[in-house]
Amino acid sequence: MSFRGKDVLSILDFTRNDLERLFRIASSKFEGDELKGKVVALAFFEPSTRTRLSFETATLRLGGGYIGFDAIQGTSIAKGETFSDTIRMLDAYADVIVVRHGLEGAAKLAAELAKAPVINAGDGSKRHPTQAMIDLYTVWREKKGIDNLVYGVLGDLRYGRASSSFLRALNLYSPKKVYLIAPKSLRPKEELLDTLKIPWEFSNLEEVLPELDVLYVTRIQKERFPDPAEYERVKGSYRIDAALLKNAKEDMIILHPLPRVDEIALDVDSTPHALYFKQAAYGVPIRMALLREVVP
Amino acid sequence: MSEELVVRRISNGTVIDHIPSGRALKVLRILGITGEEGYMVSMVMNVYSKKLGKKDIVKVEGRELSSEEVNKIALVAPTATINIVRDYEVVEKRKVELPDRIEGILRCVNPKCVTNAPREAVHPSFRVISRKPLKLVCEYCGEYLTEEEVIAQLAGT
Ligand SMILES: [Zn+2]
Repeated sequence: MSFRGKDVLSILDFTRNDLERLFRIASSKFEGDELKGKVVALAFFEPSTRTRLSFETATLRLGGGYIGFDAIQGTSIAKGETFSDTIRMLDAYADVIVVRHGLEGAAKLAAELAKAPVINAGDGSKRHPTQAMIDLYTVWREKKGIDNLVYGVLGDLRYGRASSSFLRALNLYSPKKVYLIAPKSLRPKEELLDTLKIPWEFSNLEEVLPELDVLYVTRIQKERFPDPAEYERVKGSYRIDAALLKNAKEDMIILHPLPRVDEIALDVDSTPHALYFKQAAYGVPIRMALLREVVP
Repeated sequence: MSEELVVRRISNGTVIDHIPSGRALKVLRILGITGEEGYMVSMVMNVYSKKLGKKDIVKVEGRELSSEEVNKIALVAPTATINIVRDYEVVEKRKVELPDRIEGILRCVNPKCVTNAPREAVHPSFRVISRKPLKLVCEYCGEYLTEEEVIAQLAGT
């Protein structure tokens, strides 16, 4: 199937064949000027240095140009322009619109308003499809496949969009087992659990660590908590360090969407388990492959 | 006591029958009928029904319901039947039927949902994922809306 002109709103808009085609393109070390003369709009209504820089880099490496803004300050949104109007304006200028927004469903709304394809670069607390692509790609490359592995997903599974996007993405594959490891108050909502068609169960890290092939860790993000007291109760409730990893399989890999705070100790970085910097680097080829496929 | 005795026949308008008992007031609220519009409205609650055990009936003289209004009623009164009356004759009999999608009637309960942002070009829309009990999912943010939440919103209770 062609992605040309297609909106990228949720990882579940893709089949595993679609994804693996992207993965093959991303790993082929392709270069090109497919975006020559094209304009990518980067509409970051919520700050995100990492995601934004990787979209910028991907655009530049394909010979394209970009316009856009980061966060709301200093833009006309601060003057009261609506999201809808900003999207309509960008639609008149750009060939593709990359949207990051704090409200859930903002990317879908943008896609309804714009003729240009819209790529969701994270909206609200559930969807972050390009991050999920990068995460799957990392597993695909490093473990030579995504099926039949044992996964642990650790962290804020309730408000974190990277972890929920990753869990949804695993729905497209056949993992052997997925352990959800989170403080009780950060367990996923019914809405997410209902959609999981993979064998999952709640567990704790110490118990399942020796079984894991992939450990996906996320940060607890203070700003996503509706209640600050709840954040205070759970912050710092898990921490991975090198000593703990003595019990892990030798080839277990640790992923993290970054930035990390203190959930992964610095002494883990020098172990062979630490894949998160490589994972971050994969962001550029994946976004290059995606832009190349999507931009009309 | 027959139904005829508790609610008189109407000449023109709509009879909403087989409302689950106790929900007639909610049906009126959904229809936006306060009594101040001047229609003659009659209502009985908790009358005997062969089908339901007990039911409510609402009769609105001089007003025919649109299908959008009928769909709204399905959210709180899925068993209701709609009779359109002209000249004392029932000219149309409809069962209310909950559509697969509900648009523009309900609000999403998620404050972080884009449909709750003021001044944006968006109407909330929901897919029905379960009818009994009623469960809807927001097409924008994926949050569930339960039967209690739906009834509370529509009836303002
Ligand atoms: Zn919503």
